[in-house]
Amino acid sequence: MRRRRPLYATGADEESATPGGRGAGVNIYRLIKIPACGSLPGIKVRQEASLSNSQLTPGVVPGRLPATAYAANFADVPPPLDPYEARVAADRCYFCHDAPCITACPTAIDIPLFIRQIATGTPEAAATTIWAQNILGGMCARVCPTETLCEEACVREEAEGKPVEIGRLQRFATDRARAGGLHPFARAAATGRRVAVVGAGPAGLACAHRLARHGHDVTVFDAREKPGGLNEYGLAAYKTTGGFAQDEIAWLLAVGGITIVTGRALGRDLTLEALRRDFDAVFLGLGLAATNALGIPGEAMATDAVDFIARLRQTPDLAALPVGRDVVVIGGGMTAVDAGVQSRLLGAETVTIVYRRGRERMGASGHEQEHAATAGVRIVTGAAPVAILGEGGAARAVEFAYVEEEPKGLVPTGETFRLRADQVFKAIGQRLEGVPAGLALEGGRIRTEGPGRTSLAGVWAGGDCTPAGEDLTVTAVAQGRDAAEDIHARLAGR
Amino acid sequence: MASLATEFAGIASPNPFWLASAPPTDKEYNVVRAFRAGWGGVVWKTLGAEGPPVVNVNGPRYGVVSGPDRRVLALNNIELITDRPLEVNLREITRVKRDWPDRAMIVSLMVPCDEESWKAILARVEETGADGVELNFGCPHGMSERGMGSAVGQVPEYIEMVTRWCKMHSRMPVIVKLTPNITDIRWAARAARRGGADAVSLINTVNSITAVDLDRFAPEPTIDGKGTHGGLCGPAVRPMALHMVADIARDAETRGLPISGIGGVTTWRDAAEFMALGAGNVQVCTAAMTYGFKIVEELISGLSQYLDAKGMALADLVGRATPNVTDWQLLNLNYVTKARIDPGLCIKCGRCYAACEDTSHQAIWMKPGRVFEVNDAECVACNLCVDVCPVADCITMERLAAGSVDPRTGRTVPAGYANWTTHPNHPMAKAAE
Ligand SMILES: Cc1cc2nc3c(=O)[nH]c(=O)nc-3n(C[C@H](O)[C@H](O)[C@H](O)COP(=O)(O)OP(=O)(O)OC[C@H]3O[C@@H](n4cnc5c(N)ncnc54)[C@H](O)[C@@H]3O)c2cc1C
Ligand SMILES: Cc1cc2nc3c(=O)[nH]c(=O)nc-3n(C[C@H](O)[C@H](O)[C@H](O)COP(=O)(O)O)c2cc1C
Ligand code: SF4
Repeated sequence: MRRRRPLYATGADEESATPGGRGAGVNIYRLIKIPACGSLPGIKVRQEASLSNSQLTPGVVPGRLPATAYAANFADVPPPLDPYEARVAADRCYFCHDAPCITACPTAIDIPLFIRQIATGTPEAAATTIWAQNILGGMCARVCPTETLCEEACVREEAEGKPVEIGRLQRFATDRARAGGLHPFARAAATGRRVAVVGAGPAGLACAHRLARHGHDVTVFDAREKPGGLNEYGLAAYKTTGGFAQDEIAWLLAVGGITIVTGRALGRDLTLEALRRDFDAVFLGLGLAATNALGIPGEAMATDAVDFIARLRQTPDLAALPVGRDVVVIGGGMTAVDAGVQSRLLGAETVTIVYRRGRERMGASGHEQEHAATAGVRIVTGAAPVAILGEGGAARAVEFAYVEEEPKGLVPTGETFRLRADQVFKAIGQRLEGVPAGLALEGGRIRTEGPGRTSLAGVWAGGDCTPAGEDLTVTAVAQGRDAAEDIHARLAGR
Repeated sequence: MASLATEFAGIASPNPFWLASAPPTDKEYNVVRAFRAGWGGVVWKTLGAEGPPVVNVNGPRYGVVSGPDRRVLALNNIELITDRPLEVNLREITRVKRDWPDRAMIVSLMVPCDEESWKAILARVEETGADGVELNFGCPHGMSERGMGSAVGQVPEYIEMVTRWCKMHSRMPVIVKLTPNITDIRWAARAARRGGADAVSLINTVNSITAVDLDRFAPEPTIDGKGTHGGLCGPAVRPMALHMVADIARDAETRGLPISGIGGVTTWRDAAEFMALGAGNVQVCTAAMTYGFKIVEELISGLSQYLDAKGMALADLVGRATPNVTDWQLLNLNYVTKARIDPGLCIKCGRCYAACEDTSHQAIWMKPGRVFEVNDAECVACNLCVDVCPVADCITMERLAAGSVDPRTGRTVPAGYANWTTHPNHPMAKAAE
């Protein structure tokens, strides 16, 4: 890799000891590269004069780092490939027969073909191949856990433990083509049929785009202020830097025929009945708006990790975002890792993720766990929260009980411990809430059959709000797309 | 360590690695650097006749064929012979030979096709103390338009004639450098031998256009919107050069004529292959132009290690593979093999399947779980799967024992040797009945 990220030294770094240890600096790359110097004589804990807060300031406060540290900490991970790197990376693809990576991609992108198109100097054609299957291929290239999807299936992973860099190549192609102003899809002649899509997350957007291509008029309603769902409010900031989520949506809308109406919630401002009456079909891509509760004393002192991340994604100034000195995250999924890592990047001194089952059961992939460790986040497993302790509504510590997994469930071993905590994040899963009456559920989500058909005629669903959802952006895209094809077939009377 | 000292056409050098006549050998400065680096000899960049030197183009003179990682697979050039004054070259040659007496100093020559011109230049070269001359009958661009270079090398009668003049007017060993831009190299080599050549060297560069600029619609390298064919060299031409070397080595009329192998030599292994097919030494140009003179260290260490491992002297290597180069009609048709895929090494890419299914004999099964297996009843042993498999030794060829039945033909594999000339389908075999 020819471009290096800046090795930024924060004020606090000057007395950094061990990575992740007390006093460790926050730039995770710097932590790897620069040897510890905490024991060197003459180096004192020094804060930049302009700052009133540091990593060591107790409580939940903003501005723990020098102003310049934030940009470096929240830069692209991993950085994009330049054209030369892309050519070399593309050359590693074997162009497998009936390639396993295609099967492993939930949207079944023709990966060998798009990589060959990059290798032959036509990233625009490559992007068209990608978008034909996955209209949010740009976002997926950034956020897909490729190590458990396409890249895990890559035969070079099996051969050498070093897969073709499919995700980064996908990003290269889509970024290039978008920068060149390419939107390769034209709308078919207008059909006059109208479809309502509720939820402007990846499921809803993919559904809307495919329907619009077929010539239908689509209205997308979303409860939030901005479209994008978790693309805009959930994904880690360093995976989707700048205004990428909104840029990609603006690009997607170029197909025409899609109207997005924000600030309109189903159940509050809209009813399913009315939508079914006023539109020829309805697609629900509601995601999971509610979060699970811990049900322990002191829970009110904890914050929902997804809310924290949403605030982080929306803040114009990361330095103004308060974060604890000692942060404890309860949970084991991608959300827990993202909340933990980003707390560290904001300047938290210690961050601990505590998960009640074993590491192998964690929702976060091995790669994500490694990323957390590199960022200086400690992961403790086999411990369940017992109570959040604090005073005046502010957390001070969390008490945990060690548990063991037994056939009848998790059983406390009798041993407990406490972790210091100014800030406690709950990341134990999201839930669907306020499902319109009449829709059959399964495991708390909207039951679907085949390509997203719900129990109500004329109503489809996809993405996280359905049991088939895997809580991945790419799966949501696949389901939205497939539902759109099914809706189209139905509307066309086929 | 095995000695790499060589005597080629009576010319001694500490190793068989010479730099071919080209930019690396165009002046004292380069040649001294090369000798310091360890090269065994040089063929000085081709000299022309007395008088104003040739001029080169002032735009780009090289084109390239490269892999995606910019690895040079072939170079092409439209450079002419040396464009420095004859006097300067001769003075430098004299000095370098005096300073480096143990290295081979060969002077490449190309003058108009008349006896006087050759006689004149040979006398000048002899005064330098050089070990020999190489007649450039190979340069395929520019000079050939003026009746020299490959224009001579393409007419066996001219080759013979000029070689004879040179042997007549000089005591130096004469190496004749051949052009590959002909249909059968043996005619050229035979002509050289008839003319009295002490050795041949091959190949010079292959007529080529490396690329076409798809914006300017012109061949590359492009000079003011136009291009011309150049001469191709480097790794891509090696297979053609190997074949031509072998042809000369095993031809009844040229057998025993020393051959200096040229064309794409990049590693010690390439050199060993040329020598195994009958080359007494090798010459290198593109590899040096790509990586610099230092590669000779690897050439030396690699060839020594190989010879040591085989317990062979360098002389034992020369021509060792020549007897195994034969005609198609003499290949053993009773040698029946089948492809075997090692499931332990297979990474399940399916390239063998695509290749065999789409373009060969539909002899590979793709079973559930991406398990690939060869169907012996269809496999003709073409080797395509072996060639396209990205994992070395994952697919191999296994010989069917004599007496077993080939499931493809249903026939018992005969013991012993039988070739096309005795095959029942051979028209002559039938006629003889
Ligand atoms: C913190 C976090 C990090 C993640 N990181 C990754 C990652 O790195 N990679 C990855 O592949 N996946 C990741 N995921 C999962 C991924 O974001 C989701 O699987 C994906 O966004 C689901 O898409 P969706 O369209 O089903 O729902 P959402 O993206 O949740 O979108 C649903 C939309 O519906 C709207 N909505 C909900 N209810 C209503 C209503 N009643 N009326 C109107 N509108 C409504 C919401 O406002 C929202 O815009 C992450 C999730 C979280 C929470
Ligand atoms: C730029 C260039 C100039 C050359 N000039 C000459 C020359 O003057 N005389 C000659 O006999 N061969 C010349 N050659 C051919 C080389 O000597 C050699 O035969 C050919 O490049 C094949 O060897 P290689 O594959 O190691 O490069 C030239 C080759 C190149 C690349
Ligand atoms: S050797 Fe040829 S015919 Fe036999 S399996 Fe391989 S590709 Fe097919």
